[in-house]
Amino acid sequence: MAIVKTERHEDLPPPVSQTGVIGWMRENLFSSPLNALLTVVSIYVIYWALSGIISYAFINANFVGETREDCTGSGACWVFIKARFGQIMYGFYPVEERWRVDVGYVLAAIGLFFVLSDVVKNKKWPALYLFVFVPVACFFLFSGGYFGLEVVETSQWGGLFLTLVLASVSIFVSLPLGIVLALGRRSSMPIVRMLCVGFIEFVRGVPLITVLFMASVMLPLFLPEGMNFDKLIRALVGMSLFSAAYMAEVVRGGLQAIPKGQMEAAKSLGLGYWQAMGLIILPQALKISIPSIVNTFIGLFKDTTLVLIIGLLDLLSIVKAGTTDKEWVGMATEGYVFVAAVFWVFCFGMSRYSIWLENKLHTGHKR
Amino acid sequence: MTTDVQGSASSDSMLRDPRVRAIFYQILVIVLIVLFVAYVGHNTAINLEKRGIASGFNFLSQPSGFGIGIVLLMDYSSQTSTHLDVLIIGIINTLAVSLSGIFLATIIGFIFGVLRLSKNWVVNKIAAVYIEVIRNIPLLVQLMFWYFAVLSVLPLVGDSIRFGESFFINNRGVNFPAIIPSNGFWVIPVTLLVAIVLSIIIGKWARRRQDLTGQPFPVFLTSLALIIILPVIATLVMGSPFTMSYPEFGRFSITGGWSLEPEFLALLLGLSIYTGAFIAEIVRSGINSVSHGQTEAAHSLGVRPGMTMRLVILPQALRVIVPPLTSQYLNLTKNSSLATAIGYADITAIFAGTSLNQTGQAIEVIFITMLFYLVISLLISMFMNWYNKRIALVER
Repeated sequence: MAIVKTERHEDLPPPVSQTGVIGWMRENLFSSPLNALLTVVSIYVIYWALSGIISYAFINANFVGETREDCTGSGACWVFIKARFGQIMYGFYPVEERWRVDVGYVLAAIGLFFVLSDVVKNKKWPALYLFVFVPVACFFLFSGGYFGLEVVETSQWGGLFLTLVLASVSIFVSLPLGIVLALGRRSSMPIVRMLCVGFIEFVRGVPLITVLFMASVMLPLFLPEGMNFDKLIRALVGMSLFSAAYMAEVVRGGLQAIPKGQMEAAKSLGLGYWQAMGLIILPQALKISIPSIVNTFIGLFKDTTLVLIIGLLDLLSIVKAGTTDKEWVGMATEGYVFVAAVFWVFCFGMSRYSIWLENKLHTGHKR
Repeated sequence: MTTDVQGSASSDSMLRDPRVRAIFYQILVIVLIVLFVAYVGHNTAINLEKRGIASGFNFLSQPSGFGIGIVLLMDYSSQTSTHLDVLIIGIINTLAVSLSGIFLATIIGFIFGVLRLSKNWVVNKIAAVYIEVIRNIPLLVQLMFWYFAVLSVLPLVGDSIRFGESFFINNRGVNFPAIIPSNGFWVIPVTLLVAIVLSIIIGKWARRRQDLTGQPFPVFLTSLALIIILPVIATLVMGSPFTMSYPEFGRFSITGGWSLEPEFLALLLGLSIYTGAFIAEIVRSGINSVSHGQTEAAHSLGVRPGMTMRLVILPQALRVIVPPLTSQYLNLTKNSSLATAIGYADITAIFAGTSLNQTGQAIEVIFITMLFYLVISLLISMFMNWYNKRIALVER
């Protein structure tokens, strides 16, 4: 009568419907009739969108040729971008001088790599290189006039090159200015505080376009006779002041997160205001606000397109000018899709970097 | 000797006294600012005189002399209308596109924010792609895309895309039937208002009754019925005090009905899709910020999922959502100034653009424009602060 099993039964695998691909699909895609319907509709939408995009951008698109007549397919005419690629990248920068821009890119890229990545632990020398040497070198490289380099007027700058110049200079100027404004806003001196609050709230309350209008129309009125900046500098002044106000609010958020005890401890050790700020408070405050600072940079980078309205030839406006060319009628879709793709790559890259940094800095107290 | 030491110490401490120093620095700042303003003012006066530009606000009463594409609620003619009219039209147009943009962006944002939290993997990823693509492309590029690449290549008026008898889409915009009020039309909006007020009163009464007796009352259904039925009754009683005007194909263009211009549509689409992506992220993080324990506690008390969301999760999430939502509304309003790039007649385009070029009075024009945006920002912040206070956590 051996109906009772004496040895242990071997473990059975979990039911097929609960694990693996099928289990995952039951759990995530078809958990209820409504969910199943949603899944089917969504998959159809994805199929419809993807097939449309792929056939427009790749299968039916034209890549080879020189002129509009070479575009025979029904899809995108990337020949347009190819034919104007030099202009889109450098604007009207003289062709034989474009190597100078490329050298500037390489110098900046080396600095960015060492400052942003984890390769070097001590960031002092890379930072000094990136924030002092590279700007000076790029200034001489791009505008010329020294070391036998030919002068290139800023009116000839354009395309992606101008967009990057606008973004980097505004970032470079607005961060220190924003820190000063944030400190001023938290200062105990009422007049300094009122001035900073007034500036920040005023700038944050108006659109960037009006600030740019002001910089381009009113700045010449404010300056003494004979003294005049070129258009690029005026746009840079407007953009830097504008983003400094936003940066100030971000830095203020970081400053507020630092407990009061830090300042008191620093003072009781005999440190003065600037020493305490520079050595104790700001390093901590800036560190926790890095993700928001990067987000402000992304916003600033996107906002550089607004210089189109005051007539600078940045990436967007040079493509827009291209689409109104008689030789290339009807290229608006290709042009704007290309611009959108370029901006997307830059901004998405920055936002991923910000997430990576946030994870790196948030050690310990994360669940 | 002791007095000597003390004397030097006291004059020394005067210099080192933070309060004395603070006063000194502030005086320095004031002097610098006054000098700077005087210098700029002096330069400006010289420059204005040299260029022969008038100052003051007299230009507002001068005839404008240019045409405007989109005029709402006003009569405008380039001969008789003044720059003040231009300013008012600009303000109306800015408000029109901002308010409809805020409305649409909120709907888009809440839908995609909830979809982004869906357990359905495919739906979740679609929302994620929408958010990540739209957030990382400049608004101006999107506006240009909608205007020049989508709306401008729609068919000509003659070959309009037709939906039914009286809804057309073509490269001059969208045409749809209009309601033309006739005698006695005022009754309908008035009854609608009465219905809304009644619903609010019923809502308050029902809440108090539930607090006292625990008996619920179907407030939502009652209010819906009131808001629909009362105006319908009013319409029937007054014998339809309006006529419908249908768009019809004329010889060159479509006559009758209402139409939305492509400039307005492009701006509305661009603004609401762009801001919607940001709102979706805010909604997602707001709902995520409510700890999962709240849901579990509600479920263990026997509250059903829909009610859990409505009564437990959302009220707590809204506290996190509202402040950043406010700044998105402000951004949308300020971003509506990008209308300049696609030729929608908002305040920046026609007043800070065309009027400025005609009169040359940059300082006054830019001052008025900035003042307008500042006032709008202040009003929106005040309203949202009031709302935020209303839903804020009441602590003992």
